[in-house]
Amino acid sequence: MTIKIVFFASLREALGVDSVNLQISGSCSVSALIRQLSDQHSPEWLEILTAENIRVAVNHDIINEDVEVADGDEVAFFPPVTGG
Amino acid sequence: MEKKIQVQEETFDLRAEYDHLRSVSLKVGAVVTFTGTVRDLNEDESVQVLHLEHYPGMTERELDKIIDEAAERWDVIAATVIHRVGDLYPGDEIVFVGMSSQHRGDAFASCSFVMDYLKTRATFWKKEKTEEGDRWLTTRESDVTAADAWDKAQ
Repeated sequence: MTIKIVFFASLREALGVDSVNLQISGSCSVSALIRQLSDQHSPEWLEILTAENIRVAVNHDIINEDVEVADGDEVAFFPPVTGG
Repeated sequence: MEKKIQVQEETFDLRAEYDHLRSVSLKVGAVVTFTGTVRDLNEDESVQVLHLEHYPGMTERELDKIIDEAAERWDVIAATVIHRVGDLYPGDEIVFVGMSSQHRGDAFASCSFVMDYLKTRATFWKKEKTEEGDRWLTTRESDVTAADAWDKAQ
């Protein structure tokens, strides 16, 4: 199954990419997805994506704990918001 | 309740937005509007450009949820939120929040609430381009405190 992962603002610049499509087999948690991303790219990704202030949203909803993702889901990683 | 939510590069017409909020119903007895503008001299460095990025889809959904929460707390007849994205310059209008109610107390409080929640929940990010280089803004503690105060007041 395919999961779309998107990055914003300073996080996007730190990773040098705005989105990634990840192929995974079976179900997968957000934490497993982060491990798979850092295995595919670099260990630095693990550090950046798990930094203390990083927010995670699944299908436009902020998550506060690890959840399972499914085929077609969109997972977003971003720093604290600064609009207004 | 009448809701209007827009994320756009172009500016907005204050008079047209006010007229919409006022004329939506004859029950309207108060219209409160807030406009945020781009300041120079943030952190004492001369800001040349303020770039705004957002998360399309999630931003509109968060704003919709914030307006719904305001309508649960106060009498809200109409609500408008317009937020600009892209490159903005000192003096430009950046955000508009307008609320209409039967009475001023609801309009003032709900407008303040929507703005405070927008600051901490809506998925926008600001990057300042200054003479000393580019810098992503970080969350201001006073904005978090303002939003937390509404949580405690519930």
